[in-house]
Amino acid sequence: MSSESHSDTHQIPNYMAIFWWLLGLTIAEVAWAVIPHRSELVLASGIVGMAIIKAVLVALYFMHLKFERRIMGILFASTLILGCILVSVGIGELVLPRP
Amino acid sequence: MEHAAAITFDPHAEEDRTSTGIPHDKMGMWVFLCSEVMFFTGLIGSYIVLRYGSTWPDPKSVLNIWLTAANTFILICSSVTMVKALEWIQRGNVAKSKLFMCLTLFGGSVFLGVQVYEYRHLLHAGFNPHVSLFGSTFYTMTGFHGFHVFCGVVCIAWCTGKLFLGKYTPEHHLGIETLGLYWHFVDLVWILLFAIVYLI
Repeated sequence: MSSESHSDTHQIPNYMAIFWWLLGLTIAEVAWAVIPHRSELVLASGIVGMAIIKAVLVALYFMHLKFERRIMGILFASTLILGCILVSVGIGELVLPRP
Repeated sequence: MEHAAAITFDPHAEEDRTSTGIPHDKMGMWVFLCSEVMFFTGLIGSYIVLRYGSTWPDPKSVLNIWLTAANTFILICSSVTMVKALEWIQRGNVAKSKLFMCLTLFGGSVFLGVQVYEYRHLLHAGFNPHVSLFGSTFYTMTGFHGFHVFCGVVCIAWCTGKLFLGKYTPEHHLGIETLGLYWHFVDLVWILLFAIVYLI
């Protein structure tokens, strides 16, 4: 089975709908960034949350991860998990008390 | 010897090159992108640790978030045109695929141009890599991303040329699909960089 026939076996997503979502979320991000917030945690949570949604939309629909074999998703997700562990170790340096 | 002589290899028959069910080119690109995930995770993670471990200016007071928001929109548009180029060649419409590849090349070039303009403006204002930790991390992260965009633009130009020369067809267009993966990944990384470096 050729790569092209594997791609053709799934319904082509509505790319323009994804584009409008990405545009809307980008506008919402900038708006969230400029309005005053009670704490930086609220600011960061909102922006990071929206950025993650955008990144997931790009990965699932533009990179076709939703329609690929499961092994691709596992491969990609495993590196994200390793990355999160790396970042957590660094943040631990800041948060945890020194011996 | 007779068995060895019967084995043939057709480089144009992509199904002959698969052993996992996924073409090797595509699998290779995904593995490369996974390594890039680790690379950018290291950069972003370092930024987070350095930022919250020291005093840091408000990025919005230094950087032009409106210009960069517009630039983010341009990169998202180029990602859309890239995926549309793939869609049209899969549908058999090579002419529309060529149009969208050209639009992708244009979008990527505009993004790079705006990045260069931003760098010139910031350097002229005295915000250089040596002025602060924020400066060095900003230029490192956006510089590496910009280099990835530059490489992507070169590859898009190459693939667009091949498309115009008839090297890609509705039956054989794995190169466009593989390149598209890279370009969408570059867009994905910028989405995260824009949020973390410019907006927070």
